Amino acid sequence: MLLKQVHFKSSALPYLLVAPQIIITLIFFIWPASQALFQSLLLEDAFGLSSEFVWLDNFKELFEDEHYINAFGRTLFFSGMVAATSLSFSLVLAAMADRVIKGTGIYRTLLIWPYAVAPVVAGALWVFMFYPTTGIISTTLNSMGYEWNHQLKGDQAMFLVIMAAAWKQVSYNFLFFLAAMQAIPKSLIEAAAIDGASPVKRFWTIIFPLITPTTFFLLVINVVYAFFETFGIIHVVTKGGPAKATEILVYKVFNDGFVGLDLGGSAAQSVILMVVVIALTTFQFKYIERKVEY
Amino acid sequence: MIENRPIDTFVSHAVLLAGIAIVMFPVWITLVAASHDAARLLQIPLPLGLGDQFFDNLKHVIGEGVNNSVSLGIMLFNSLVMALMIAFGKIAISLLSAYALVYFDFRFRMMFFWMIFITLMLPVEVRILPTYEVVAQLNMLDSYWGLSIPLIASATATFMFRQTFLSVPDELLEAARIDGAGPMRFFFDILLPISRTSIAAMFVILFIYGWNQYLWPLLITTDKNMYTIVMAIKQMMEALEETPQWHYIMMTAFLAMIPPVIVVITMQKLFVKGLTETEK
Amino acid sequence: MIKISTRLKTLSLAITLSLPLSALAQTEIQWWHAMGGVNGERVEKISNDFNATQSEFKVVPVNKGNYTETMTAAVAAFRAKKQPHIVQVFEVGTATMMAAKGAVYPVEELMLDSGEAFDKSDYLPAVISYYQKPDGTLLSMPFNSSTPVLWYNKDAFSKAGINKVPETWPQVEDASKKLQASGMKCGFSFGWQSWVMLENFNAWHNLPSGTKENGFAGFDTEFNFNNKALVKHMENLGNWQKSKVFDYGGRRGDSLPKFVNEECGMWLNSSAYYGSIKKQAKFEFAQTMLPFYPDVISKPQNSIIGGATLWALKGHPKNDYKGVAKFMTYLSSPEVQAWWHQETGYVPITTAAYELSKKQGFYGSNPGTDTAIKQLSLNTPTANSRGVRFGNFVQVRDVFNEEMEAIWNGSKSAKKATDEMVKRGNKLLRKFEKANR
Repeated sequence: MLLKQVHFKSSALPYLLVAPQIIITLIFFIWPASQALFQSLLLEDAFGLSSEFVWLDNFKELFEDEHYINAFGRTLFFSGMVAATSLSFSLVLAAMADRVIKGTGIYRTLLIWPYAVAPVVAGALWVFMFYPTTGIISTTLNSMGYEWNHQLKGDQAMFLVIMAAAWKQVSYNFLFFLAAMQAIPKSLIEAAAIDGASPVKRFWTIIFPLITPTTFFLLVINVVYAFFETFGIIHVVTKGGPAKATEILVYKVFNDGFVGLDLGGSAAQSVILMVVVIALTTFQFKYIERKVEY
Repeated sequence: MIENRPIDTFVSHAVLLAGIAIVMFPVWITLVAASHDAARLLQIPLPLGLGDQFFDNLKHVIGEGVNNSVSLGIMLFNSLVMALMIAFGKIAISLLSAYALVYFDFRFRMMFFWMIFITLMLPVEVRILPTYEVVAQLNMLDSYWGLSIPLIASATATFMFRQTFLSVPDELLEAARIDGAGPMRFFFDILLPISRTSIAAMFVILFIYGWNQYLWPLLITTDKNMYTIVMAIKQMMEALEETPQWHYIMMTAFLAMIPPVIVVITMQKLFVKGLTETEK
Repeated sequence: MIKISTRLKTLSLAITLSLPLSALAQTEIQWWHAMGGVNGERVEKISNDFNATQSEFKVVPVNKGNYTETMTAAVAAFRAKKQPHIVQVFEVGTATMMAAKGAVYPVEELMLDSGEAFDKSDYLPAVISYYQKPDGTLLSMPFNSSTPVLWYNKDAFSKAGINKVPETWPQVEDASKKLQASGMKCGFSFGWQSWVMLENFNAWHNLPSGTKENGFAGFDTEFNFNNKALVKHMENLGNWQKSKVFDYGGRRGDSLPKFVNEECGMWLNSSAYYGSIKKQAKFEFAQTMLPFYPDVISKPQNSIIGGATLWALKGHPKNDYKGVAKFMTYLSSPEVQAWWHQETGYVPITTAAYELSKKQGFYGSNPGTDTAIKQLSLNTPTANSRGVRFGNFVQVRDVFNEEMEAIWNGSKSAKKATDEMVKRGNKLLRKFEKANR
């Protein structure tokens, strides 16, 4: 891995420098995590009073379970939709904010709010607005003749968790897009304007291609976010229902382990999830590493 | 200069205002719900404007506390301590380890590197029960240490500072060496000042991460004086066989939003600069 | 003489001085519970009142989130040897707790070991039978118990011209249609569907939910409830959802607003919603017994209990359990129980508390509030109606919820979904059996 070409060759100092982090990581991560991983080979009662080594039974059971396989596809769909919704929405806003001269600061200040809201609280807000009988949006929809009941209808439930998850990510994306656009030399855009390109054309032919690295980076961040950090929202909004319609992988890990106390099955799922994360991180690493080497 | 037709500017502002209306709507509804009484929030049509109960609700939430007489002030304070400890603790240890990994050549460097980076690969919910056991055995339940240190064990900040350091020109170190600066002087006098935007960005991310924790505080605190605010909001929503008291929940949610929002807003410029400088 | 008396004085002074000291050395009894909101405040009150009656022990109630979070917290704490003395566990967790022989201290044993007077016959059989071992030993102390009832809107009934309160499902359907005709959006809704529409449905019709006496006689139990009557009922509900005779509104109590906002005229859920409904409803309401199908059973059996009980966990000094025992006795005293019952709508756990409430005229001034007790003790419980005791039941209920929701939204037939419930549920039962050998 990367090291500065010019570097120190000190003897004890680097060990001292990494020590705090290594010690904390060993005690609070590696040790408990390895226990969690070992658990994936065990069948144990909740209290840990009797446990049996079952080899790969927990994994076998997962792959024989069609519902688990379905959760993969659902997770992909969910993550894709969260990323697409949030990215496109913030891209439009950033493009507009890049064009205006006055008020950018106020716009940015207002758009940044959702980022600060806790997932659990965000979930509560969206539930409150869409509560079938007494939600402000659901009752409005109902009075307009569209029947809203996300506790019964899977697609509405999916829509709701996608919106809640995407909402929280809009701020982050907006900030990055705007910074990337503002870093584009004005002369390039001016040149295009002189050639008579319309604002829309300027955006697609100059701005958008130039911010591709940012878009790509945000895409990875958003997908990872949707994969792993949305369980709090799902837990509050739908609890995975109705009829599994919003059960994504990480929610299932949480629900089986933390709620259902099936520690072995939950651990096996997290091993599988870990493989997915390693793939994703390697991907992200490669990308960012290449950027740095430029 | 690009010609900016008034119509273009008008459209841009209009789109932005519409976007903000959508994004801020849930926040507005929080405020609306926090300013009505319980009965009003169950009547259709629901209010879209502010009511007159804001200060009554505020007084109730602050005065009587939420969730069985835990003072709101204490919970806000606990959240603050937890968020700050996580932010400062993680930044400190990550700066040091990133410095070692980038600027030193030493045995087991790669092993340490992977030991730190593997923490990115296991979602926190998975290891939460075994981690609880460790914390319990170290007698760290019901303490600020227990609330914060286990959440410091993650590589995000190390990763970020490593990127920052890698983009620092080599000439700086050469120049420092010519001036006779040792490794620690180089770190404090040169590296830290040029990394300050990254540090600020990391502070924002970590503060919010710490502030928004829910499951971990719930699991390791049994002493009411250690409860955090986000945890309290979730508990208020779980009232058994009762309809949630939305006006109090929303008031508490609103109060819980303010500190992280202040942090993000006051630091927004550094935040973006710090992140984009390294990631782009 | 003078000397002696001064000595006595110093002695007595020392004793008085040592009093605050012994108060400081109070033994703390940790009680983890899942009651937020107003009930949480009541839990605090009970603890404080108990603490005021004596100075040796101090009960410290701690809210650990909702039912599942509380149970998980207790399990995690036990694994780390930091368990509380008492933990409140919902009825779904009974089999899990019961299987953990090394972790739980059966309440009846605890009372005997601590020398606390305990007479099982003081307790209402319908309430405690759910929590008894096959040999009759009481495992945990019922705390907040309830049973599902049929709530109805009296004003809406008279407006729709319904003059007889429905007793059977066909009558419920009939009444619903009349309610809809009079302008209501839906006839009825319900919550906690596995408990109300499956477990209680079977008990009420004296049908089994599982083999081995619904699991009471062994962990090798199997679900076998995909009988004609239940499938037919599920099919009816699925059809009724289409015409809004029934309108689904969530897995737990989320559908309450449908009833109190007068969208639906009837609601089937726990009797413990009495307080909430009273506070919110702007109409006359009442509760009655659950409906039944006359072609399945001529007279309903009895309904089963739900809610939570208090479990004692092992691993504390012997003396601590004296405090636990004293607290349990306090909790079961007629005054405390009658107060708790009348405040919350949970059923009283002792005959004495029931009698006391009668004497205080509670049922006279709040007609219908004894529906739950009457329904629970309608007949002597059979193997089908004592309760259910299934392992991994938290996950099993998730499966039932999922499959039922699939019926309600029309994505699965009632037969197919019910068969799936049995099949997937049995898988989880076998896993539990294997893990607890």
